[in-house]
Amino acid sequence: MTLADSTKSQKSSLKQLLSDQMRNIAPIFTLIILVLFFAVQSPVFFSVANLLNILSNASITGIIAVGLTFVILTGEIDLSVAALANAIGITMAFFTIQPDYVNIATIPLPGLICIVLTLASALALGAVTAFGVTKIGIPSFIMTLAMMQIANGVSALLVRGQIAYTFPDLITLLGAGKIFGLRWSIIVCSLLLLFAHLVLTYTRFGRYVFMVGGNREAAEYSGVNVKMIIGAVMIISAMCSGLAGMLGVAYFGSAQQNGFDDFLLTAISAVVVGGTSLFGGRGGIGNTIIGLLVLGVLNNGLDLIQIDSFLKILIRGLILLAALVINVYAQKLKEGGAEG
Amino acid sequence: MSASSSTLTGGAKAPSVSGPHAEPILEMRHVSKSFGGVKALRDVDFSILQGEIHGLVGENGAGKSTMMKIIAGVHAGFEGEMLVSGQPVHFRSARDALAAGIGMVHQELSVIPDLSVAENVFLGHQPVMAGGVIDWRRMNDTARQQIASLGLDIDPTTRMGSLPVGLQQLVELSRVLFSGAKLIILDEPTSALSPPEIERLFTVLRRLRDDGRSIVFISHFLDDVLAIADRVTVFRNGEKVITEQASALTKDSVIAHMIGRGSANMHMGESATLAADDSKPVILTVEQASDGRMLHDVSLTLRKGEISGVYGFMGCGLIELARTLFGKNALKTGTLVIDGKPIRFASTSAAREAGIAYVPENRRMMLFRTEPVYKNISIAILDRIHSIFLKTGREREISETHIKDLQIRPPRTDIALGNLSGGNQQKVALAKWLTHLPHVLILSEPTRGMDVGAKEDVIRIVKALRDRGVAILVLSTEPETILTLADRVTVMKKGMVVKEFSHGHIDKSDLLAAA
Ligand SMILES: Nc1ncnc2c1ncn2[C@@H]1O[C@H](COP(=O)(O)OP(=O)(O)OP(=O)(O)O)[C@@H](O)[C@H]1O
Ligand SMILES: [Mg+2]
Repeated sequence: MTLADSTKSQKSSLKQLLSDQMRNIAPIFTLIILVLFFAVQSPVFFSVANLLNILSNASITGIIAVGLTFVILTGEIDLSVAALANAIGITMAFFTIQPDYVNIATIPLPGLICIVLTLASALALGAVTAFGVTKIGIPSFIMTLAMMQIANGVSALLVRGQIAYTFPDLITLLGAGKIFGLRWSIIVCSLLLLFAHLVLTYTRFGRYVFMVGGNREAAEYSGVNVKMIIGAVMIISAMCSGLAGMLGVAYFGSAQQNGFDDFLLTAISAVVVGGTSLFGGRGGIGNTIIGLLVLGVLNNGLDLIQIDSFLKILIRGLILLAALVINVYAQKLKEGGAEG
Repeated sequence: MSASSSTLTGGAKAPSVSGPHAEPILEMRHVSKSFGGVKALRDVDFSILQGEIHGLVGENGAGKSTMMKIIAGVHAGFEGEMLVSGQPVHFRSARDALAAGIGMVHQELSVIPDLSVAENVFLGHQPVMAGGVIDWRRMNDTARQQIASLGLDIDPTTRMGSLPVGLQQLVELSRVLFSGAKLIILDEPTSALSPPEIERLFTVLRRLRDDGRSIVFISHFLDDVLAIADRVTVFRNGEKVITEQASALTKDSVIAHMIGRGSANMHMGESATLAADDSKPVILTVEQASDGRMLHDVSLTLRKGEISGVYGFMGCGLIELARTLFGKNALKTGTLVIDGKPIRFASTSAAREAGIAYVPENRRMMLFRTEPVYKNISIAILDRIHSIFLKTGREREISETHIKDLQIRPPRTDIALGNLSGGNQQKVALAKWLTHLPHVLILSEPTRGMDVGAKEDVIRIVKALRDRGVAILVLSTEPETILTLADRVTVMKKGMVVKEFSHGHIDKSDLLAAA
């Protein structure tokens, strides 16, 4: 091979690599830019306290985003995550003794039983979604929209406009407590992210999730039980949302109607900004972590530099739009690169 | 490599001047193209005259599609020169090529299933009335006429996706055939067509040629190529071997050029002597199966160690039969009996667990284009090699064995599947079922899109599987495939079994007459 030849092929393979890795590079690049920008703009940004603050703010969203990553990897969507988190948080309060001044009908149970029952409720709601999507064949977009409404209904019925403040001790510890100055919620979220990463990368189930997202028809013709995989990710998502709801109410210190309203958009944004393909089959937990950090840094930084709080909403919207453009563009590049 | 690309030998390879239209409408000079490390084309000279049908043949991966994609503006980057009507051109996109009068039908279907037939025919250039409103009436009428000239009677407002693949292929062809392009490139256009459909297509091609259009015709059906082409070019391994008048070539000589050696035993069966053995144990029976749509009272018996062939024209229900057996489509009436027990599959995975394997006719349906080859091969056996955790090393090992056995090119486990040539993709689709022998193997069009050598390989492998006791069902619209493989033959027509052959001599005409 001549020199010209080899540089040419190096160039083209570099281009190939870049286009393959676009969905991973763009979010990391965004993160670095944001960190540098805010570090220059605000002296407190790089303090340990502030960095921990970013992490703990991202931790509840992070738990939701874990489940959502599974769902989006299969090419489905779950719009019920935030509503479900709230409903499950409230359900837990419902099973816990509340102080006298809280005017909510409850069925108080011992802490552990309460936790188990609450998790079982999350499982049940997830199973309903899974059934609707796989057995009846309702598109997940619509099915989870209905589930969102149902979960909101459950929340409304249980709290009736009141606010609950007391939760099982274990949950209060995990949601609001600290160890060596580190919030437990950060630890729980990190462990969950790690576990999900291991599942997605090193297990058979994880491989199926990617393959179903990559080409559902092909998975089916290879004898993969596609419905089971999709049902499973819907249930995983509901369980993650449920856990986030339990820790979340403890984190906020209260359970009430509309307690998680921002979380749907933030969790979906985190997954998508991180670069997991909206069409399924590409991305993963690594991407979601970057996405969580991008959003966390952005929210925190915008607060620090004290800009117009109305402008903040717009900026978040623009960042999400940019991420969507990159997401779809990366998909096209990838498909174009593998033209047969 | 560098030596050959720097020597100028173009003069010696000038196209042979012949016939009334001698000017080349297209000339490719010293064209090379590589993908990463793979050299798909090396210093190829290639020209097409005005008003000729030019056959292009070569083994899987020889570079045929790559050359055509360069001409049609799909691959913008390449080394070498391209001249259209004597003028150097450089296309940056397929749109540029279209504007220059070059239209291509790709090997992989590229229709849009959710649009109507007429919309597919006029994709991107719908007739409009004043004010830019689409002229639906004219669009549908013209589409109907064009499709009719291919001998089809399809309502142009039908949704494309509801048609069988063969009809979709014809509609796609009509899009380019009647686009007014002066150079029409057809990359394996006949792979899903029945003999009468192919005849009608050829009539249209000859008419277009006589109008002065030029046509490139790529196919692995060498008889077809020799019958329709005026000149034939053979590619081997990214290089042009020869361009010759079709009249001066025979099938044998073409094969010899393709594979670079003699072509003994490279013939597919034109006839067969069947000797079905009714004493072999029955593995699967289909009794009076109907799916409420395409299949009517189909009965079939598959025996251990036997290949049952089902022949029929496109749209006769072969595809539906296969889907039903693999648990993809539901049975409305009738039963499926495996090892003496009636069974009903709730899903494809239930069918797989019952020991049924299926290779569909359309590779896009069972392959993951952006995933590496080894993941494509291992997907169907993941639960056999892993319990919970993946053992990727083992997956690669298994893939390597299959790549060697099936001679998949390039022999790499981690290249993205979409980067393989069409025929090699087909081999991967077969490979995924070969690690753990299924009880029943359903092969839909197993040799479609494969070159002679690869067909031989597939035939050898399928027969070996039979000899190891697999009950095999081969469904095909190619009589040669059926005659070469089958121990017994069933002919289907309009969703019904119309004829069965189990003993004695049959040939192509028997099958065609029955279908
Ligand atoms: N986009 C791509 N990226 C990488 N390699 C490619 C790509 N397209 C083709 N190739 C490689 O180039 C070579 C030629 O492929 P091509 O598709 O031109 O073969 P072909 O002659 O059309 O074969 P077939 O008869 O199987 O369709 C093959 O080795 C193939 O793997
Ligand atoms: Mg090809």
